[in-house]
Amino acid sequence: MTPPVLELRGIHKSFSGVRALGDINFKVAAGTVHALCGENGAGKSTLLKILVGAYRPDAGTLLLRGQPVNFRHPSEAQKAGLSIIYQEFNLLPDRTVAQNIFLGRELKRGLLVDGGAMNRATRDLLNGLAIQIDPRAIVGDLRVAQQQLVEIAKALSQNAEILLMDEPTASLAPREVDALLSLVERLRKRGVTIIYISHRLDELFRIADAVTVLKDGTHVATRPLHEVTQQDLVALMVGRELSKLYPPRSSSADVGTPILEVRDLYVSDWLKAISFEVRRGEIVGIAGLEGSGRTFLARALFGAEKLNRGAIRLHGRPLTLRSPADAIRQGIGFVTEDRKREGLVLPMSIRRNIALPSLARRQRAGFIRRGTERTTVRGLSNALDLRAASESLETQFLSGGNQQKVVLAKWLATDAKLIIFDEPTRGIDVGAKASIHALMRDLASRGIGVLMISSELPEIIGMSDRILVMKHGELVAEFAGGDVTEELIMAAATGTTVREVKTSVQASSVEELP
Amino acid sequence: MSVIDTPYSAVEGSALAKARAAITRVPVIYAVLVVLLILIYWRTPAFFQMNSLVAFIRSAAPLIVVAIGQMFVLVSGEIDLSVGSLITVAAALAAKIIDSDSANIGTALLVVIVVAAGVALINAVVTTVFHVPSFATTLAMLLIAQGAISIVTNGAPQGGLTPEFRALGRNNFAETGIPNALLVTIAVVLGSLILLNFTTFGRRVYAVGGNAAAARLSGISVGRIKGACFLICSLCGALGSILLVGFSGMSSLNVGNGFEFQSISAAVLGGVALTGGRGSVFGATAGALALQLVFRLLNLLSLPLPFRLTVQGLIILGAVAVGSVRRSRS
Amino acid sequence: MSALLNSPAPQPDATSDADNITRIAGRFNLRSMGIYLVVLGMALCAALFVPGFATAGNIVNIFQRSVALGLVSIGQTFVIIGGSLDLSVATAISTIGVVSAIMMDNKTENMAVAVGAALLMGIAIGLVNGLIITRLKINAFIATLGTSLILQGILFSGFDNYAGKVPREFQSVAYGDLLGIPLGVYILMAVLIGAWVILRFTPFGYHLFAVGGNRETARLSGVRTDRVIILAHILSGLGAALAAIILIARLRSGGPRIGIGYDLDSIGAVVVGGSLLSGGRGSVFGTLAGVLVVSILANVFNFLNVSAFAQDVLRGVVLIVVVAVYSYRARR
Repeated sequence: MTPPVLELRGIHKSFSGVRALGDINFKVAAGTVHALCGENGAGKSTLLKILVGAYRPDAGTLLLRGQPVNFRHPSEAQKAGLSIIYQEFNLLPDRTVAQNIFLGRELKRGLLVDGGAMNRATRDLLNGLAIQIDPRAIVGDLRVAQQQLVEIAKALSQNAEILLMDEPTASLAPREVDALLSLVERLRKRGVTIIYISHRLDELFRIADAVTVLKDGTHVATRPLHEVTQQDLVALMVGRELSKLYPPRSSSADVGTPILEVRDLYVSDWLKAISFEVRRGEIVGIAGLEGSGRTFLARALFGAEKLNRGAIRLHGRPLTLRSPADAIRQGIGFVTEDRKREGLVLPMSIRRNIALPSLARRQRAGFIRRGTERTTVRGLSNALDLRAASESLETQFLSGGNQQKVVLAKWLATDAKLIIFDEPTRGIDVGAKASIHALMRDLASRGIGVLMISSELPEIIGMSDRILVMKHGELVAEFAGGDVTEELIMAAATGTTVREVKTSVQASSVEELP
Repeated sequence: MSVIDTPYSAVEGSALAKARAAITRVPVIYAVLVVLLILIYWRTPAFFQMNSLVAFIRSAAPLIVVAIGQMFVLVSGEIDLSVGSLITVAAALAAKIIDSDSANIGTALLVVIVVAAGVALINAVVTTVFHVPSFATTLAMLLIAQGAISIVTNGAPQGGLTPEFRALGRNNFAETGIPNALLVTIAVVLGSLILLNFTTFGRRVYAVGGNAAAARLSGISVGRIKGACFLICSLCGALGSILLVGFSGMSSLNVGNGFEFQSISAAVLGGVALTGGRGSVFGATAGALALQLVFRLLNLLSLPLPFRLTVQGLIILGAVAVGSVRRSRS
Repeated sequence: MSALLNSPAPQPDATSDADNITRIAGRFNLRSMGIYLVVLGMALCAALFVPGFATAGNIVNIFQRSVALGLVSIGQTFVIIGGSLDLSVATAISTIGVVSAIMMDNKTENMAVAVGAALLMGIAIGLVNGLIITRLKINAFIATLGTSLILQGILFSGFDNYAGKVPREFQSVAYGDLLGIPLGVYILMAVLIGAWVILRFTPFGYHLFAVGGNRETARLSGVRTDRVIILAHILSGLGAALAAIILIARLRSGGPRIGIGYDLDSIGAVVVGGSLLSGGRGSVFGTLAGVLVVSILANVFNFLNVSAFAQDVLRGVVLIVVVAVYSYRARR
């Protein structure tokens, strides 16, 4: 029997003591489409990066065609035939398709570049893949889907034998998805091995030969695809013991009048007919796959996106949201997904960051009331258990958990009536996570509206009193907190129909009721 | 794309580590300043005599004021290359309007302020609304202002400045031996200190320069803050101009030449980051003083006047190189 | 990633090959054609409304005036396409001009050596700029500003006024002509075509566009980005050297001020010609159009007796407007 083209043995990877991958073992057969599944944070991206040499495993072996390999740099992996197509393309928008494909390896005639030969070679390459793009087209003018095809062609032209694709259909329309999948099929016929990460289970069932499921950084199962169903996959991906990591939810008695009312919201040709409420005393969670529009909705509620239609009311008062300043003034806070890029001014101190959106409240004739500021900041730091040597420390030196607390503190300082959390505990260790969860619950019980976006299903289920699920820019489901399982959420988010699926404590046993 | 954050364990720890961090963060400029003063003392102890010091203050004041103005723009994340030609414009306009008649001083000042504000407005609008990089905008503004003033004056300074007008740059205050220039400089330094460190405006400037996206999502109007900084820079330019011609008279349309680069050098030397978000008033002041001391030293060493340009170039390159090395190490 | 979450709904419908071709042709034409139309438009208006403009002698004069600026701007085009900038060209021209003129010392036997020295100096200045940018990791604006200041200091310390003497024979470079067209113009055309060939047909040219478009992508594809930038700066230095040679031939001497203004003007010409200040896109033919715009304007202003200062103002305004327009369009 031919050895597998790729084999992982005992791969481990940690980042600063936090384990990302543990004891990963599986094989990939040559010339197959091998799918990689798991929730956000399960470790798929980390695994991909190890395969292409962007990260080095802490332990374990990677075998390529039976031989152990040790990539120190992505270029080594590329020479060995491993190529990756990232979600952000690596193309030059002002150059032609041919020029992009041959970048760094231009075909020459004598000392000069032979543009004609490059065009012809590119056309042959594209024809062989049944891709209808003119080699002389400027890449920047192509649609996203076409650019992706160019990216794939580029990887193949560098003799990639193993192609890794990370969520390739995330931004494609259905017709473009078909085109991509038939390309993948053609590549397989040619003997290229493809490792394909996707949330879209229906697509996997169209093209994959085998599937590997990861969960919480561990390898759950690797099966030939004909041995599993979508429901099985969902169960494998999420079925786990829900430990009591979360503060108790509110009872229905604690839940009161609506704080936020959103009616029929349409935003920027992407979000459609969004209607929901956030009531006093409850935490509302928003679940959905990447690209479903959750962050976009949050930004819209914060005045950072253009609202086409619809009404938003806070404590009964209609809101005009033309800018974040409007939103802040009317009592909305937004803990963004990427605290380093959008949440904090890293070179500034903790105190100044916390004080920033609420400067106007603590000033007299433009002068900052420093005493009041110190007291406010100190109070919030203590309340949030912010661990830092001094409030004058620049936030760039803090740990993720503490940085997130600074962000939270700054919204509390604005007396926000509603705080939107986007991935509130991403990149934060377990202890700080619990701390932040407790804070969120406390806010809710004090009457501050809490709207939480999260890709971690346990977090969504553990924290939310009600869960909204988004898919393709629309709200597709609503669940009550106590009644829902991860499978149900995933099913709604992926559009999988679910018959009865019993949640199991053991990961792999699933019963289907007739 | 890594989901897992790498936590920074840096200075949340020992006192020693904190101290070391604090020391490396103090701008080198203060040490440099001390060294320069020592060098000058060694060459010419007479420098430290009262009349020599007073003359030095008068000659250094314009650059200090302009450097502080430039600092505001730099901290907000932009750059102002038009301030040098603005200095020329202000001086030439003042001379033309005053026309050797002190009754016109008020009008002259009004016109100068309006022109400075106008230049700042154009800089601000083109940079923030049309998203043209500020170095391109202000570089073009430099050309426009220089050309415009040459047209208005037909190529040579017209009119004349009266002793009253020059009093700010040249004389002492009342009967005390304290130069007006020193008082003005102290006022500007104090004013900027207060503005930058004690007001909401100052906070917002640092925020905008440190991370404009986060600032916007904290409700700050980035365009307005940057506009205000351009205005401060232009007004400081106008003030610096009055001090300058007070001290050295108005002989040609080149009085302001090079002030933009000098002010940027002074600021960078003083620890102001070209990328924005960092800088202090004392730093910029120390940088301006250091630069002036260097020029004075060059004079004492009998090096030809243009050589100061070379020194400036070396200083800029050196300071920025050190800055980028420090940053890549942290 | 955030970008993904905010991505707009995908656009409908495939484009055929024909559409793609129009896109290629359209894109090329829109920029360069656009600016040449402006040049033609200006020339036409001038011919109609400015007496004396539309004579053979005047047209030749315009091209004559464009030679020095054209040579520098072509060098600047390389640098800007690569995502860099050269603010030292003005001082470089003056420095090279002075040294070269002094070397010639009114002796015809020195001419060749002096020209060689000029070119070498251009290469050296470019090399130094390139090294400062790539090794010391200082951004191009500051780096070339720094070298400019350093050179200025040395130059103005040594020379106050004109220096050196260019032999009469050498003047033919500036004033001589072949078939009624000045020699300088032939030189400019030759350099233009050479530059075009380099950009369009050599690996270096391809890599230059890549480095300017996205340095990281280029690096990941194996392009030696440092070398590309250094070479671009060397070419800019050579452009300055050639301009200096033309200028001293015209002036019969060198001076510390002969280069003044060429930095801003060359950047302006490149930008007006359609190259992106951020790099990755541009053409030397566009730059030539930009140079012609500047020259025609100067020529017309001279006819209309507009002062040199007003011309400065207008050049600044044109620069801002053009950059703003291009910037605005790029963001839509």
